[in-house]
Amino acid sequence: MAKKPQLAIDTRPWRDPDAKPFVRIKNVTKRFGDVYAVSDVSLDIYKSELFCLLGGSGSGKSTLLRMLAGFEQPTSGSIEIDGQDMTEVAPYNRPVNMMFQSYALFPHMNVEQNIAYGLKRDHLPPAEINNRVAELLSLVKLQDYGKRRPHQLSGGQRQRVALARALAKRPKLLLLDEPLGALDKKLREETQFELVKIQETLGVTFIVVTHDQEEAMSLATRIGVMNSGEIAMIGEPTDIYEFPNSKFVAGFIGSVNMVEGIVIEDEPDHVRIRSGELGCDIFVGHGVDCAPDQILWWAIRPEKITLSRDKPENAEDANVTQGIVEEIGYLGDMSVYQVRLESGKHIRVTQTNTVRGNPDSITWDEQVYLSWDDNAGSVLTV
Amino acid sequence: MRRGWFLPIAASLGFAFLYAPIVSLVVFSFNESNLVTVWSGFSTKWYGALLADPQMLGAAWLSVQVAFAAASIALVLGTLCAVALVRFRKFRGRTVLAGTASAPLVMPDVITGLALLLLFVAMEATLGWPAGRGLMTIVIAHSTFCTAYVVVVVQSRLSDLDLSLEEAAMDLGATPIRVFFDITLPIIAPALVSGWLLAFTLSLDDLVIASFVSGPGSSTLPMVIFSKVRLGVSPDVNALATIIIGIVALGVLAATLLQLRSRPRKARA
Repeated sequence: MAKKPQLAIDTRPWRDPDAKPFVRIKNVTKRFGDVYAVSDVSLDIYKSELFCLLGGSGSGKSTLLRMLAGFEQPTSGSIEIDGQDMTEVAPYNRPVNMMFQSYALFPHMNVEQNIAYGLKRDHLPPAEINNRVAELLSLVKLQDYGKRRPHQLSGGQRQRVALARALAKRPKLLLLDEPLGALDKKLREETQFELVKIQETLGVTFIVVTHDQEEAMSLATRIGVMNSGEIAMIGEPTDIYEFPNSKFVAGFIGSVNMVEGIVIEDEPDHVRIRSGELGCDIFVGHGVDCAPDQILWWAIRPEKITLSRDKPENAEDANVTQGIVEEIGYLGDMSVYQVRLESGKHIRVTQTNTVRGNPDSITWDEQVYLSWDDNAGSVLTV
Repeated sequence: MRRGWFLPIAASLGFAFLYAPIVSLVVFSFNESNLVTVWSGFSTKWYGALLADPQMLGAAWLSVQVAFAAASIALVLGTLCAVALVRFRKFRGRTVLAGTASAPLVMPDVITGLALLLLFVAMEATLGWPAGRGLMTIVIAHSTFCTAYVVVVVQSRLSDLDLSLEEAAMDLGATPIRVFFDITLPIIAPALVSGWLLAFTLSLDDLVIASFVSGPGSSTLPMVIFSKVRLGVSPDVNALATIIIGIVALGVLAATLLQLRSRPRKARA
């Protein structure tokens, strides 16, 4: 699943302030009656990106996608694709194609006719249409299925026909609405691979809408997390996971332990937070934009916490607390520990099972120490 | 298994209640005797007599023409109306259209017929059209109430249609008109056929409305039968009724089959 490391700066145009965005969404708002489905969203997407819009149901991600396709008109704001204002352009005149969540394959046409439909609308010569259809069928590995009707295909095959049909017109921008949503877990993982491979081969810009955070993490070059019609955070998957900018983002992606605390020391190079819930001080090894006595939240991922029987040393007399193991979930590669602190707060800790059948592993009802690094958690003010 | 005998008996009684009269009519259409109620042997002579009766044949031909024209007009109007109701969710007068489109379903035929007759007479007096009553006025009258049935049939199929199919076609470069002919129409085709067949059958059956709006020399088949029966039931009417039952049954059967066939495919696709 690991994507090719793209470390050179030129492959990450969003880090280059001079790069020209390919899709520019400016202050777009969509209102249905009194409900704001999308409110004041601004978003730049660059060429050849695989951008994921991630959010729960009702977060406005699908509405935003439908506005890009032209099925909905923004109430205000503008959408530019490749330097052209798209606000007034009808869906059938946009250089954009969409893959629908339900696939929307035409039931009265066979696979070839489905894929050729867009090309026929462009009045391409029949020979070229045939070539293009054959090319696409082999791209999605369905060479032998051209004459089948959609209802004679499995879910995964239909998904690939839908992808081929959406790619047929060589759009500059492909919109995918929950592309893997209707597939079972195993098929989904395989298809994720293929989707990324096809995207990299063709260099088409993809915008994917999904509610599945794992899918977003493994597919995307960048993720836009949406919450009640607004963009909560935009960033690379690692930024979103490791450096969330708000309680919402921290809680939405992956599992997280969140505690409330009060700032008691605010220095340029470190911050000390006292947390009654945690039963210890949190020493953060970098400056934070906060004020003394400010109440804020601190979030840490389960795998960033270390469990031990003996009290670990800590120079700052912080970042160590103790509790009792209440539950252990053995998942094979790792175990999930539910630890109850003295305050009654439950903390989730995951530990990798590096030793086979370890007889000495921490077990139920044991008194344990929890400790973490100076930089392991995120300080959140909103 | 105490209820084992109850269901079959109840079902048989139910079917007998519904279809025994029709069965007896069919049986007696093959009766040799001139007397309708006395069985005297098998014969198909009444069918022959029927074919030799020019009045009957003329009326049958007229009825078929009317039914064909009325069903076709109703199909176009009904489909347009159904598309408007299902696809264009919000427009002024939608509620009124939805109400008026289905009103003929529950309106007594006598009232519909009388109202149409008054309208035609008034129109002839002021506009000079339609001149007199005959084929044209029956077709118009039948189109109005058949449209209501087509709307109901097409509307239900259309609201089952996944909107994203139409969006997908539009996304691939088809203008809204093209989308309608390439995607919507082929997918709702079974509903269109069954709507047409239903309209055809209803028009063929109608006696009351046709009696109001027809003129001299344009009697439909049900009107001829009715007038014959008033003078006493003759066996050739039985034969004719049997043929009509056959045609109507085939039409309804075909309509039902078409509707059924389009369902499972949709569920799987």
